[in-house]
Amino acid sequence: MTHAYTPGLRLAQKLQIRKSRNLPLPGDVIVKKGDMVKSGDIVARTNLPGKVHSVNVINRLAILPNDLRKNMLKKEGDSVVKDETIAETKPFIKMFKSICLSPITGIIETVSDITGQVLLREPPKPVQISAYIDGKVVETIENEGVVIETNATFVQGIFGIGGETTGELQIIVNSPDDIVKPEDIKETHRGKIIAGGSIIYSDAIKKALETGVKGIVVGGIRDKEINELLGYDLGVAITGSEDINITIIITEGFGQIRMAQKTFDILSQREGSVASINGATQIRAGVVRPEIIIPYSNEDSSDISAESKSPAGEESAGISIGDQVRIIRNPNFGMLGNVKSLPSELRTIETEARARVLEVEFPDGKTAIVPRANIEAIKT
Amino acid sequence: MTENFNVIVATDCGSTTTKAILIEKKGNEYRQTFRGEAPTTVEAPFEDVTRGVLNAFAELEELSGRKILDGEKIITPAKENIGVDIYISTSSAGGGLQMMVAGAVLTMSAQSAQKAALGAGAIVMDVIASNDKRLPHEKIERIRDLRPDMILLSGGTDGGTVSHVVELAEFIGAASPRPRLGMTFQLPVIYAGNKDARDRVNDVLKDKTALRITDNLRPKLERENLGPARQEIQNLFLEHVMAHAPGYKKLMTWTGVPIMPTPSAVGEMMQAIARKENINVVGVDIGGATTDVFSVFGGVFNRTVSANFGMSYSISNVIAETGIENIMKWLPFELEEADIRNRIKNKMIRPTTIPQLLEDLILEHAIAREALRLSFVQHKALAVGLKGVQKQKDISESFDRAAEEETLIEMNRLDLIVGSGGVLSHAPRRSQAMMMMIDAFQPHGVTMIAVDSIFMMPHLGVLSTINEKAATEVFEKDCLIYLGPCISLTNSGKHGSHCLDCVITYSDGNKRKESLLFGELKVFELGEREKAEVEVTPAKKFDLGEGKGQKITKEVTGGVVGLVIDARGRPFDLQEGKGKEPMDKVLSKWNTAYDAYPE
Repeated sequence: MTHAYTPGLRLAQKLQIRKSRNLPLPGDVIVKKGDMVKSGDIVARTNLPGKVHSVNVINRLAILPNDLRKNMLKKEGDSVVKDETIAETKPFIKMFKSICLSPITGIIETVSDITGQVLLREPPKPVQISAYIDGKVVETIENEGVVIETNATFVQGIFGIGGETTGELQIIVNSPDDIVKPEDIKETHRGKIIAGGSIIYSDAIKKALETGVKGIVVGGIRDKEINELLGYDLGVAITGSEDINITIIITEGFGQIRMAQKTFDILSQREGSVASINGATQIRAGVVRPEIIIPYSNEDSSDISAESKSPAGEESAGISIGDQVRIIRNPNFGMLGNVKSLPSELRTIETEARARVLEVEFPDGKTAIVPRANIEAIKT
Repeated sequence: MTENFNVIVATDCGSTTTKAILIEKKGNEYRQTFRGEAPTTVEAPFEDVTRGVLNAFAELEELSGRKILDGEKIITPAKENIGVDIYISTSSAGGGLQMMVAGAVLTMSAQSAQKAALGAGAIVMDVIASNDKRLPHEKIERIRDLRPDMILLSGGTDGGTVSHVVELAEFIGAASPRPRLGMTFQLPVIYAGNKDARDRVNDVLKDKTALRITDNLRPKLERENLGPARQEIQNLFLEHVMAHAPGYKKLMTWTGVPIMPTPSAVGEMMQAIARKENINVVGVDIGGATTDVFSVFGGVFNRTVSANFGMSYSISNVIAETGIENIMKWLPFELEEADIRNRIKNKMIRPTTIPQLLEDLILEHAIAREALRLSFVQHKALAVGLKGVQKQKDISESFDRAAEEETLIEMNRLDLIVGSGGVLSHAPRRSQAMMMMIDAFQPHGVTMIAVDSIFMMPHLGVLSTINEKAATEVFEKDCLIYLGPCISLTNSGKHGSHCLDCVITYSDGNKRKESLLFGELKVFELGEREKAEVEVTPAKKFDLGEGKGQKITKEVTGGVVGLVIDARGRPFDLQEGKGKEPMDKVLSKWNTAYDAYPE
């Protein structure tokens, strides 16, 4: 059978998921292999080196670099507190004495008799890594982190903003076509993740922020709303660290696009469960897409034969006749259909470019010729 | 020895695809014969670049009928239809070579350091200088946060400042930067500054970094010496960066000469062609994430990389930088701004899609013009003479704008513009590439425009280091597609006024006479390798590079698009004729002149 290779976003009712939780610098892992953890539990911690401050002591004291050491009251490695004197001159007449104070509480890191510069470092800053998903610790990597395994519903979005968050999933529209309106967002949605619909506009996002909603999962969004929320025009799709008090994940693309029925159905079935979501997106080599992970509780997962597959990254897989695909470029952007044929020869498309194409049949029986580069597989 | 290679296989391991070409000696000349490509396999799940190389070879074997591999081993030397004489490669996979540079003064040693890094094929993530107006702790945090592949530290002429350079070394030491790849290794730092500060820099950095010391890249204010620093960058690129990238250790044992960073190889090719033809060249490679611009003027080579101007991953950044109105002005039809923004963002999040609708193609061409224009502006700002050198200026020079005053890119002396990258090389009609390049680069006087047919400049660049003859032969015969010459005004005037008369005398003696009004553009037939004499007489207020009203007579060679006479003035202002004629009509007229799009 003819095949085409195409990227696709993962969508699975039940999947065995493994998540690595790694420290940015070596530190301590505080859970053991076999431990059951909740999303908020701390699994590893470390200290990030403190901020460095510099003081040009020779300029402050009006001395020569060679005289620096004999005027220093502190040496490398000494602790200092803010506004403590770290260097002073020793003139014959005391009133001409100059002093130099520490700008921070921390330690003296280096003293340079070339530049006259003293570098001071603030105390280390503790960093903790949480489990992010409910599950079992299946691997610990000494000083680095852990791997947590869980059986969960897994949905990849196409783009997101905002980082990791956790909350109960609530569907707030009746159909994947609906627009998410401000009146759909109620006080009961505080601390929750709301999902569904084809688009959300500024007024509803504002309401969600005021209400204290933790995350929004929706089919599409306009570029305008993202700009307003971030306060700048997003140039490159590397996101996840925005400080916006909410995580937004779009499943289809920019503009008003109906959420894929399967995505809507799967999310609807898991309504009421706790979801862990992350808007982090990186569209460069080594693609990272936003994710929605809804773990099953132990009792629920016992009778589930989860597919044992790592969801990491976007996959390239073969497309065959009959497979369900989503069209990801105009015309027919966002429409779902099934592959009817996979002609092997190049075809001339409207732009006059010669491209490999496939024929898609839509649910109403109509068909369209689409470049293979412009579809993505819907993986279930 | 190098002259004896008859069969050469070359790859370029890009971020997304690995492209392999076969070059064979046919009779007395080298020709590129076959091409294969496969997805690059640096990322998970493969994490071994050689898988993609082997896949590209397999396609090449299938197409050429030549057996290249024995299992996973390259067969050498070539005998009849088996094996190759040498395998060479370039690489930009995994984000290429990412560097940070530091120097005492932003516009002097730091700028020279930046040029050395760019010339060696790096993306410069940041330039740290003693006078860059950032506070010390901000510099330290920046160094720590960026995680470059290596740092180039310069500063001070020989015998000049020591303290500023040591201060920068102290910042680097305090940051304890970690390399992007190979977590357990120390970050390579190259010191190429004042030789009197070497011992001090060594004391500060020897325990904290993998320090290399090389000749000062700015030994005197009037002199740059970038060669040793560039060489050291390339050595470290192989030893540290490549050696830690997945599969490269194996790949390095396969190649007959060291693997080069892709942009460095393209730069080699540009220099080889400028040398051979004794011409001034500007080259551009517009990719999905970055746009590289190269220039060789009077033998001086410069390269810049605009790290966030591209046609897919960085497409949205082009709009953020230029403003949506600068994209919309190129569209000969109405589209809602919100719709355009959404389309662009959708391309960003699904970078591998291709335009299927004509209006989407025209929109991408509009964005490409702006990406090229912005990248060229950045290039002109960096391709400058040495600052800090005293020069005598006359009063008129003092009034010129700073960037134009110092740039080495004199548009009047530019002979050839070479375009490369998907949007130019794979434009459905060649005239579209010519149109985009003329609109973006705005050549003055007579300039030849060409495109790289299938993006083989990197392969030829590395080949040029071992066999320049083979590289330039293939470049001219198989790589370059000459689109045609462009004759342009060098000044501006009143829209619709009589601007120039031209007489084209073809090689068969036929003549064609035309007159153009200011704001017009015409394309005349002149096929590939076909020669014609062109006599253009500008009206008395217009200039073609020889002075106002001065006639030019040139023999020009044609290309696949033809001869373009561009009477839209310089700087080319699209809004010039606004109000006199609807813009969509003006744009449509130009598009029709090029026969750029289907009706």
